[in-house]
Amino acid sequence: MNQRTRPAFRPLAVAAGIAATLLFAVAAPAFAGKTLDAVKQRGTVKCGVTNGVAGFSAPGTQGNWTGLDVDTCRAIAAAVLGDAAKVDFVPLNSQQRFAALQAGEVDVLARNTTWNLTRDASLGFNFTTINYYDGQGFLVPKKIKVTSAKQLKGATICTQSGTTNEKNVADWSKAQGIPVKTVVFESFEASFKAFFAGRCQAFTTDTSALAGLRNKEAPNPDDYLILPELISKEPLAPAVRRGDDEWFAIVKWVPNALIEAEEVGITQANIDELKASSKDPAQQRLVGSGDDLGKLLGLDKDWSYRAIKAVGNYGEIFERNVGPKSVLKLPRGANNLWNKGGLLYALPVK
Amino acid sequence: MTPAIGAPGARRAVWIAWAVQALLVAAVAGGAFWLVHHALEVLRARGVRSGFDFLLQSAGFEIAEGWLDFDSGQPFWRAFLAGLINTVRAAVPAALTAVLLGTLLGIGRLAPHVLVRGLCTAYVETVRNVPLLVQLLMLYFALTHLLPDSTEAIELLPGIWLSKGGLSMPWPVREAGAFWPVHFEWPERTSFNVIGGAALSPEYLAVVIALAMYTAAFIAEIVRAGITSVSQGQKLAAQALGLSPWQQLRIVVLPQALRVIVPSLTNQLLSLTKNSSLAVAVGYPELVSIANTSLNSTGRAFECIAVVMAVYLVLSLLISAGMNRYNARVALRGWR
Repeated sequence: MNQRTRPAFRPLAVAAGIAATLLFAVAAPAFAGKTLDAVKQRGTVKCGVTNGVAGFSAPGTQGNWTGLDVDTCRAIAAAVLGDAAKVDFVPLNSQQRFAALQAGEVDVLARNTTWNLTRDASLGFNFTTINYYDGQGFLVPKKIKVTSAKQLKGATICTQSGTTNEKNVADWSKAQGIPVKTVVFESFEASFKAFFAGRCQAFTTDTSALAGLRNKEAPNPDDYLILPELISKEPLAPAVRRGDDEWFAIVKWVPNALIEAEEVGITQANIDELKASSKDPAQQRLVGSGDDLGKLLGLDKDWSYRAIKAVGNYGEIFERNVGPKSVLKLPRGANNLWNKGGLLYALPVK
Repeated sequence: MTPAIGAPGARRAVWIAWAVQALLVAAVAGGAFWLVHHALEVLRARGVRSGFDFLLQSAGFEIAEGWLDFDSGQPFWRAFLAGLINTVRAAVPAALTAVLLGTLLGIGRLAPHVLVRGLCTAYVETVRNVPLLVQLLMLYFALTHLLPDSTEAIELLPGIWLSKGGLSMPWPVREAGAFWPVHFEWPERTSFNVIGGAALSPEYLAVVIALAMYTAAFIAEIVRAGITSVSQGQKLAAQALGLSPWQQLRIVVLPQALRVIVPSLTNQLLSLTKNSSLAVAVGYPELVSIANTSLNSTGRAFECIAVVMAVYLVLSLLISAGMNRYNARVALRGWR
């Protein structure tokens, strides 16, 4: 080919390339004005979850997802569609998650996502109800003989990119005057594998995930220690797109109903009995034998009955996924009810 | 039959060709404009903040290594710059090594010696048929598993330490106010790590080695093709002149082979530069890694990807411009 004609074609190729890329970015499904209608028509709730974080959203051997975030989505599906199984779980990595919700790929993002001002105000989301109060911590091998984060001066710390964790470490290191070096990996798996191979002296992420890592991934869990310090607040909450207040209300109130169910003593086991016989108005409203609050949300009277029946109250969800009955064995701590020393305070379902 | 230049038919053909090109450019530019406009509109409607103003805000994260000093209080644009410099820092040594190793392997594949030829062929066929990402991860995890712990670093030579923290060596440093380095800083072993001096992290080493080895396999094939493209008669003539095998290669064969080699080599160097973005998988803070982090802390996905695209585009155009100039020098006279 004649060499001289090439430069004339190059800008064209470049422009075409950019156009094609943009086309991909914009070709996402058009924004459904009424998410609820779309969900009903589709017959499933699309729920954005992690690729696998034990206790929050992890795929099982049979393709059945388990976890606290997963149960939140199941409860929403039970309330809206009458069947907790009607959820399409969409695994997303930290970098994909926001774009997926913005583009309408998922209806709810329940992917242990921290609620902070930047995200709330600039991503076009509304966070709904905090379903786990977490905090960032450090996991260290016992052999380096460190018992406090203050001793990490000069240490190399492994973490995953695309999380609030990277920034928290930088803030903490600056505030405490403890210089550290962070090695940042794209995938969670690569980051903890490098840590367990000994590349870093410490690994940092939310403490709930640290417990899962230590108990499930460490060559020998007893060789590792979670340091007592929490260096950040990580309130994790499901998020929905802005601009659809009806759907926002549903995703906000379903978790509230689950927490209030624990407050008033409704469990998966006793809910049918209470539905038939309870005289307590608070219980009656939640089990669907009292006032019809569902219609205010665009749902029916039994919305909360179905949600609780499907996954249990918040305490049961916690126990099963991250509490004593799970591999994580996390204490209730800040995630206990407000009247039992924790931070969970359900908005009144009335 | 093509009409003679200057004939009315030819003039019309040229005019039509220009018009078609102009229309095409207008259509592509218009399409691009509409897409960007529509995308911005949609983002605004959904309450998503957009724009490049975030580049001036402070980044808030640290960068583990690199030539440009970076602190979490500095703005995003500087983080991107540090990332770009880290990309270059990995790509340049990898490219030099790849060209050198690839040339040797290519010549080796044509060697009369069976063992040399066999080894070179085995190398090329193995390396170029395994995905780069797999090789990179394998190399990285091999490095981190096999090297001694940072707390038990070994001193290879005085002042040169090797451990999971990487390879540390003494490095000249500048005193405050001085113009050139005045003394060496020696690495020292502390309770966790070897600190001080210059350090090459395992992430960096894995990226450079993997990129160099992978690209070398392709370059070897290009070099081999280049050499075999030189006609046998040339070699025989060189032999007849009494040139040694090395002289034959250097004086007669390679200069002619370069005409075939250089254009394909340009493609390999472009691929290598773009492949360096895989470094994000093993935690080396190059451009894509920085963009990922920035994207997530600001939510400006569009903008961060656009910056990355633009940077790679400029980088690639620079490389191909440089290589084209070199190509012009080695090309057969009269072809341009």
